[in-house]
Amino acid sequence: MNKFKIILNGLVKENPTFVLLLGMCPTLGTTTSAINGLGMGLATTFVLICSNVVLSAIKKLVPDMVRIPSFIVVIATFVTVLQMLMQAYLPSLYASLGLFIPLIVVNCIVLGRAESFAVKNTPLDSLFDGIGIGLGFTFALTLLGACRELLGSGNIFGIDLWSKEYGALAFVLAPGAFIVLGYLIAIVNKIRKA
Amino acid sequence: MEYILIVISAIFVNNVVLSQFLGICPFLGVSKKVSTAAGMGAAVTFVLTLATIVTYLVQKCILEPFDLKYLQTIAFILIIAALVQMVEIILKKVSPSLYQALGVFLPLITTNCCILGVAIMVGDGTYSTFGIEPGLLSGVVYAIATAIGFALALVIFAGVREHLELMDVPEGMKGMPIALIVAGIMALAFIGFSGLV
Repeated sequence: MNKFKIILNGLVKENPTFVLLLGMCPTLGTTTSAINGLGMGLATTFVLICSNVVLSAIKKLVPDMVRIPSFIVVIATFVTVLQMLMQAYLPSLYASLGLFIPLIVVNCIVLGRAESFAVKNTPLDSLFDGIGIGLGFTFALTLLGACRELLGSGNIFGIDLWSKEYGALAFVLAPGAFIVLGYLIAIVNKIRKA
Repeated sequence: MEYILIVISAIFVNNVVLSQFLGICPFLGVSKKVSTAAGMGAAVTFVLTLATIVTYLVQKCILEPFDLKYLQTIAFILIIAALVQMVEIILKKVSPSLYQALGVFLPLITTNCCILGVAIMVGDGTYSTFGIEPGLLSGVVYAIATAIGFALALVIFAGVREHLELMDVPEGMKGMPIALIVAGIMALAFIGFSGLV
């Protein structure tokens, strides 16, 4: 039950995108379609789970003075592993996410969870925290990507719902990312207050 | 001529914040006042230029000759973190007044993705150079122009947000949502530059 609560906490109560407002660059930059959002979310989840477990396991071995640099090296290592895996098995997704894969290193969510959760808890709890936060992030990115895809080109996950001519191109371009996320956060705020 | 095109393209057409989505965290985080926004912009310009030169040299002189390109991400983030620390220490000794002005923003820059993003783009030569060979000079010109574009977007956004404080905004839209929508409208305005080059 306790583990389930940790996952639920990441998914709802501390959703990284809608509540903590962390990791905005990939959130806005990669969500041109639902499938890209899903891919980016899962890629970040992978790094988050691995780094959370490892950092929680080595927290007592690392002196306080070099804590942040050594954390960043661990995170960068897993990002490099992810880059190699994606280049080998998912080359088309890797190409469409582009620069944002190496930039997972500087995603505030990963370092933020390491600092606020992994250093205070056991590796097993950190694993579930990584899963929860990662799923929360994936859910937010997929939702944002689906909204933008629907408004911009009239389809979700590539399935046509209405004709492309009725879509507003601005939603697939940069402005749509900001505006759709703004409205989604406003709706979440409203629901949380009610 | 090509260098002028690189500058215009990096500042207006492919603005780092509003069309490439790099450096959104400081863009949303330190844009409550125009003065802090200007300080952050100056700090980013300084570090981005230095970081681009160092990472470019490391890429060309160490990583590529020894076939270590897969270490790019790890090497670059370490260089940037070390560089930021060094700049902080040197500024403290050499120019205390500048350190006072930039001080609080410097540690934040390490996790600013526009620094790592631009360093990777310049190292790989994947930025728009308008036909000239990607090299150190065009890379540095691109980095400086990108930083100016970042500072410009940040200062304009801070100016709008200062006024937003006084506006009567619906309850649920207060704070981040309305700021994001303002940023969206700004991005819409910047799309107008897209025919320029």
